[in-house]
Amino acid sequence: MTTTTPPVAAGTQATDGRSTRASRVRKRLNSRTATLVAIVIAVVWTIPTFGLFISSFRPENQLKTTGWWTFFRDPEFTLQNYQDVLFGQSSSSGQLASYFINSLVITLPSVLFPLAFAALAAYALAWINFRGRDWIYIGIFALQIVPLQMALVPLLSFFSRGVSLGGVTLLPAWNLDGAQNFAQVWFAHTCFALPFAVFLLHNFISQLPRDLMEAARVDGATHPKIFRTIVLPLVAPALAAFGIFQFLWVWNDLLVALIFAGGSDVTAPLTVRLAELAGTRGNEWQRLTAGAFVSIVVPLMVFLSLQRYFVRGLLAGSVKG
Amino acid sequence: MNFDFAAQTPKLMMLLWGLIAFAVVVGGLLVLLDAVPAFFARRREAQLVAASVGGVAPPGRTKPREGLFALFFLLPTVLLLMIGLVVPAIRTTMLSFMDGGSQNWVGLDNYRWMFAEDAIVRVLLNTLVWVTLVPLVATSMGLLYAVLVDKARLEAVAKSLIFMPMAISFVGASIIWRFVYAYRGEEQEQIGLLNQIVVSLGGEPRQWLLDSPLNTLLLIVIMVWIQAGFAMVVLSAAIKSIPADIIEAARLDGVNPWQMFWQITLPSIRPALIVVVVTISIATLKVFDIVRTTTNGNYDTSVIANEMYNQAFRYGQNGQGSALAVVLFILVVPIVIFQIRNLRQQRREG
Repeated sequence: MTTTTPPVAAGTQATDGRSTRASRVRKRLNSRTATLVAIVIAVVWTIPTFGLFISSFRPENQLKTTGWWTFFRDPEFTLQNYQDVLFGQSSSSGQLASYFINSLVITLPSVLFPLAFAALAAYALAWINFRGRDWIYIGIFALQIVPLQMALVPLLSFFSRGVSLGGVTLLPAWNLDGAQNFAQVWFAHTCFALPFAVFLLHNFISQLPRDLMEAARVDGATHPKIFRTIVLPLVAPALAAFGIFQFLWVWNDLLVALIFAGGSDVTAPLTVRLAELAGTRGNEWQRLTAGAFVSIVVPLMVFLSLQRYFVRGLLAGSVKG
Repeated sequence: MNFDFAAQTPKLMMLLWGLIAFAVVVGGLLVLLDAVPAFFARRREAQLVAASVGGVAPPGRTKPREGLFALFFLLPTVLLLMIGLVVPAIRTTMLSFMDGGSQNWVGLDNYRWMFAEDAIVRVLLNTLVWVTLVPLVATSMGLLYAVLVDKARLEAVAKSLIFMPMAISFVGASIIWRFVYAYRGEEQEQIGLLNQIVVSLGGEPRQWLLDSPLNTLLLIVIMVWIQAGFAMVVLSAAIKSIPADIIEAARLDGVNPWQMFWQITLPSIRPALIVVVVTISIATLKVFDIVRTTTNGNYDTSVIANEMYNQAFRYGQNGQGSALAVVLFILVVPIVIFQIRNLRQQRREG
């Protein structure tokens, strides 16, 4: 191996027999340990969810007295937990069906608004020439690091009391009640999502070929036309990626909902209700297990079916930054 | 099954209104953007006609400026960011120098309170423990797993298993793990997996979430469980983008897997590694749901985000809550500066 450089194929095989066998054995051992470690990690990562899943189908008295692993010795299956937690009449039972609808009502507009606004903004920042463009982009980019905790107190007072400066009312209070409170949650989620949305979509939109844009301009297409007919179809995967992100984020959010949606079954989403159940009825495992799965099933389905877009968005959003 | 559908109608009506508002705002904006240039084009045409009839020189360029378009494209985003983020953040900073009812200026009192009160010092320390351990452990686990399953059979399935917790809410994850940590008295059969393992090894069952400082570590496990998948996906992509000839060359030089990892893989994925650590660190600083759902901040487990919520929204102490939010922001800044410096350095090298 030192005097000449043999072709690759020969090089890997032309070493003497003993050392290849030794290295093959070592390699197999290595890969066997690797597989074993990988399986152990995978099991540790999956078991907690699996245990909860099994438990959610066990009758209450069994669930509370024996471990879920005994299910395999003595399988007893029921859907009663789900029935109770979704549709039960007593206030302690969960009534999750109502909260499930709240989650849906909160999530849809909270995904659509930032998606549309951010796509428009990202296009302008990437392809329209105007003074101060770079500064606006840097400003929006920088807002990503402001924790949303910085906005909660003033935003809540903005909704409930409006904005006034020296006795002059600049913006009136929203004065919402009942289901109207959803508007607050949509507003808050939209504002908080925009910096990242603009950043992610700008990453994609700014990388469209310059020739394409210039050709369209030469043909007399206006910016709105280019945006609708050229940009939107081309960045559809990016829109999907952000859509999934935002969907998971809003559906799974607790903090924003807790503050802006309140705790009642008129507006509060699943997460708020579950956190409440976990706090007040922490040992009612028959409800917590089934309830947790009711909240998990939608994001899990979205996630598993659209994982490809999600991963692409994740990589574009984190690595290129 | 009694489910009162009538009670749900106002919500669905509200959703309908929301969607209509969306269609009107976005559609209206696009229509407006179409109408504006058409209007200018017509006016110019009219001017040209008038000029040719009257024999006057045609007027100068009246084409709408690009800036006008940019204004409309950016208007909703900039407006919402101002109302929803910029102004509130400035206001929060001001509130942090005021008293609980936001009436009087109190100078640095809220910040002094933070370091004077033992409970809050504890909160700050807990946050430091979180932000040190979570990125470190989650990234290491993610990296280890990414290397192990790289090019293995069933790689996609194996990755999905680790990645799945990312789709589960922090609240859901907390319930899942509370069940693992569940406690039953010694004479009873255990229903929590952890206690069952301890008992079957001959130990005594414990109330895991009550013992400080162990309980903080057990909560950190939940965050690691969620974040490791993110680290794994990003790092796995980075590993796959290492040029094949570099790996081949190293292999020809007889490098063993161990050396390969430390000398080839790790240096090649350094940029991705930094991004992962930074992203997880920032997410960890803001962690709220896990602590709230598992212990509600009791038993010495509270962190800044949780305490901020309690002060501002439960105890009505806007000043102290705002001060905690500002501290959270200040803690994020050095992490981001570190990230920017790394990016710059990378660009200079690349």
